[in-house]
Amino acid sequence: MDQLIVLLPLIGAIIAGFFGRLIGDRGAMLVTCGALLISAALSCIVFYDVAFAGNARVTELFTWIDSGSFEVSWALKVDTLTAVMLLVVTGVSSMVHVYSVGYMSHDPHKPRFFAYLSLFTFFMLVLVTADNFVQMFFGWEGVGLASYLLIGFWYERPSANAAAIKAFLVNRVGDIGFALGICGAFLLFGAAGFDEVFTAAPNFANTELEAFGISGHALTIICILLFIGAMGKSAQLGLHTWLPDAMEGPTPVSALIHAATMVTAGVFMVARLSPIFEYAPVALELVTYVGALTAIFAASVGLTQNDIKRVIAYSTCSQLGYMFFALGVSAYSAGIFHLMTHAFFKALLFLGAGSVIHALSGEQDMRKMGGIFKLIPLTWGLMWIGTIALLGIGIPGIFGFAGFYSKDIVLEAAYAAHSTHGTFAFAMGVLAAFMTAFYSCRLMFMTFHGRPRASREVMAHVHESPQVMLIPLYVLAFGAVFAGLAAYQYFVGDNKAAFWGEALLVLPGNDTVEAAHHVPLWVKLAPLVSGLGGVALAYLYYMAAPGLPAKTATALRPLYLFSLNKWYFDELYDRVFVRPARVIGLGLWKSGDGGIIDRFGPDGVAASTQNASRRTAALQSGYVYHYAFAMLVGVVVLVTWYILSQLG
Amino acid sequence: MLEIGLGHYLTVAAILFSLGIFGIFLNRKNVIIILMSIELMLLAVNINLVAFSTHLQDLVGQVFALFVLTVAAAEAAIGLAILVVYFRNRGSISVEDINMMKG
Amino acid sequence: MIIQALAFYLFAAVAVAAGVMVVSARNPVHSVLFLILAFFNAAGLFVLMGAEFLAMILVVVYVGAVAVLFLFVVMMLDINFVRLREGSLQYLPLGALVGIILLVELVLVGGAWIVSPAADAALSHPSAPAGEMHNTRALGGLIYTDYIYLFQISGLVLLVAMIGAIVLTLRQREGVRRQSISRQTARTRAESVEVKQVPSRSGV
Repeated sequence: MDQLIVLLPLIGAIIAGFFGRLIGDRGAMLVTCGALLISAALSCIVFYDVAFAGNARVTELFTWIDSGSFEVSWALKVDTLTAVMLLVVTGVSSMVHVYSVGYMSHDPHKPRFFAYLSLFTFFMLVLVTADNFVQMFFGWEGVGLASYLLIGFWYERPSANAAAIKAFLVNRVGDIGFALGICGAFLLFGAAGFDEVFTAAPNFANTELEAFGISGHALTIICILLFIGAMGKSAQLGLHTWLPDAMEGPTPVSALIHAATMVTAGVFMVARLSPIFEYAPVALELVTYVGALTAIFAASVGLTQNDIKRVIAYSTCSQLGYMFFALGVSAYSAGIFHLMTHAFFKALLFLGAGSVIHALSGEQDMRKMGGIFKLIPLTWGLMWIGTIALLGIGIPGIFGFAGFYSKDIVLEAAYAAHSTHGTFAFAMGVLAAFMTAFYSCRLMFMTFHGRPRASREVMAHVHESPQVMLIPLYVLAFGAVFAGLAAYQYFVGDNKAAFWGEALLVLPGNDTVEAAHHVPLWVKLAPLVSGLGGVALAYLYYMAAPGLPAKTATALRPLYLFSLNKWYFDELYDRVFVRPARVIGLGLWKSGDGGIIDRFGPDGVAASTQNASRRTAALQSGYVYHYAFAMLVGVVVLVTWYILSQLG
Repeated sequence: MLEIGLGHYLTVAAILFSLGIFGIFLNRKNVIIILMSIELMLLAVNINLVAFSTHLQDLVGQVFALFVLTVAAAEAAIGLAILVVYFRNRGSISVEDINMMKG
Repeated sequence: MIIQALAFYLFAAVAVAAGVMVVSARNPVHSVLFLILAFFNAAGLFVLMGAEFLAMILVVVYVGAVAVLFLFVVMMLDINFVRLREGSLQYLPLGALVGIILLVELVLVGGAWIVSPAADAALSHPSAPAGEMHNTRALGGLIYTDYIYLFQISGLVLLVAMIGAIVLTLRQREGVRRQSISRQTARTRAESVEVKQVPSRSGV
């Protein structure tokens, strides 16, 4: 059953990819959507089996590498963590597949699109079911590849190509860290399989690793390297520049990859490796700081963006920051809980934004939207559900949307860590919640409410999406509303020990999730209050007094520009990395390769041959008397030499 | 001086031979001079052969000279035929214009 | 003795002078005529040496055929007078150097040579002293017996040269009417005579 879940998307991808022309668009869509839906159904069964019935298992498929002491085999490790991820990945992926049937109906390359989507799903599933570092790396790289293919799906657009390459390259930087981390882990533990590494981890808790004359705590170094990989994949501060540009891809791609699944691979990885991270507290501190800073950074940038998809992208970036600082304070289950709820409401938001864009004939700039909530009421309602879920609005103790439960437990755990980094994360998280509320409501007000700012013809064409696009939204909305309430007890509540089993390790002194249940009341209410404050401010700015945004922007112009230009990160990277790299590359190419290697190698040999032959050819003047003269000189030389040799 | 020996004949032959050689590459006028210089060289060789034949009392030299004569005649005929055809195609037999084999 | 020496020096001097004039005459016809003179004098030298057959052959073949051929071609090609071009001067120093080296070597060889003691044994066909047999007869005795193959082959060489010369220079001119005897004799009545019915009292 486990193999089937993982392989069905691959089979769908192969059929749609290679035989798409044979079976036609409809055939390709049917095959891939069918495969994914079956996979999703099987994931539900596995989830029940593993998480509730407690049958965590490892299914070995076959050996991959057997080289000396390095043995790696293809195996599917399915424990609770994996089961949760399987559910999330296949669930969201199948919904995105169905949605794309409607969204991409006018696209001429449908089989390719669906093949790529299924291929991505396959790689993601390999990643989450990995039993060893190398298999995880395989899935890691595979999702990066699929992301590149999907972002650059409309490859005739130069901006899409550039964005795809940017995503791949920035991911690559992270992957270097990841690969080094894997090598370090193998060096330290002598094995690459998770089971062996996790059982051996406590023995190496205090070992030092030495390289290039510097020595440091082994597990910290390895964990930091692995976290750099996670930073790249999950767009944390520093390696985040690719995420907004990735919005060049079609909206279903953004929903699947850049909201629910690929960007959460980093979170999953840190959670999966909790048995080693627990022994590297310094690494965990770093994770917390990076996550907190990302949360506040992305939220501050999202305040001023005008493209609807970019706002949601920065929102994703910010929420990933939340997940990471939850992991950083050893609240792994809270982080995964937030991952799951976030998958639902963020995918919902993205797909809903796709519906809006579809309705407005391709318009993505919010400054040209507005006043359409009566024309597309279903989309409006669904997006509000997603937004409220994101904001974490709810009535404490009674009911809340999904985000209410997960965001709160994350922030409570951060506070309950009672450490500098935890409290810092808590403060940043609350502030970011305020900003999140502001920009999310800003998005809703600008898009749906107020006076219409689009042109007459665009407004005339505004229509609700077809059912094939709405049904996935209903499913996701259901999850966004009820997933938090349903899963709370199992993920972070009283049943968490039985639920998680051996999947996550938390050392006895670090159980922040448990402590989170006993924090003071003001801590529990803080996110809610800041969220509501953000909503109120947004209402003021965009509904009550529409002139305020412009005035604030002029008044705080430097801050406004700083936020609008994403804290000038792209410009900084361009100046520090891209331009020098280009100069070095050009220099090495022209002077190094061309000037030295080519000059002394092939070009030099060819040129000297040409030179020599030209000079020799000049000897042939065409005049017979020149030749006769040469012959004569030759004869004289011969005779002279003969005479001289005889004389001697 | 008065006694004409082998050396005298050889000297004459040598002078004629070098005249022929210098005629080939010191001439700028036309190709016929080259052909005639070749005939001069062959003549010098014949004189040499016959001189040695006489001196050594061996008739082989004269037989050889006879064959040289035959071949020289054949070669002169062919050479002139080529020259005639070349003149028909090129219109000039000036040596300085014949440089089509220029590499 | 004296007459012999005198005759030798005369023939030799004229031959050398004629050779110089062959190379340096301006008019190509003059060059050919000087070549003929050189041949005659060489024939004289041959007679002096006692190879009279070869001398006559030289006159008959070289002068009678080859030089006349040269003359034909020179006349046919309608060559203009060409003034000696100045470019030859640049090669003069190099040519002179080579010439001097040659001369030195010739003198060296000429002054220091000896006949090898084994030369007598190397004679392949010793000829009788001149008084015994005619030179012609002695030669004939050799070429028709020991060197018959070479003789025949040289005949073949001449044949090939003749064919080659014809092949090279023969050309069909356009528009020249030629007789084709075979076509003429193969004419049939059908292609040469036609009977026309002419109505009476009107012409053809």
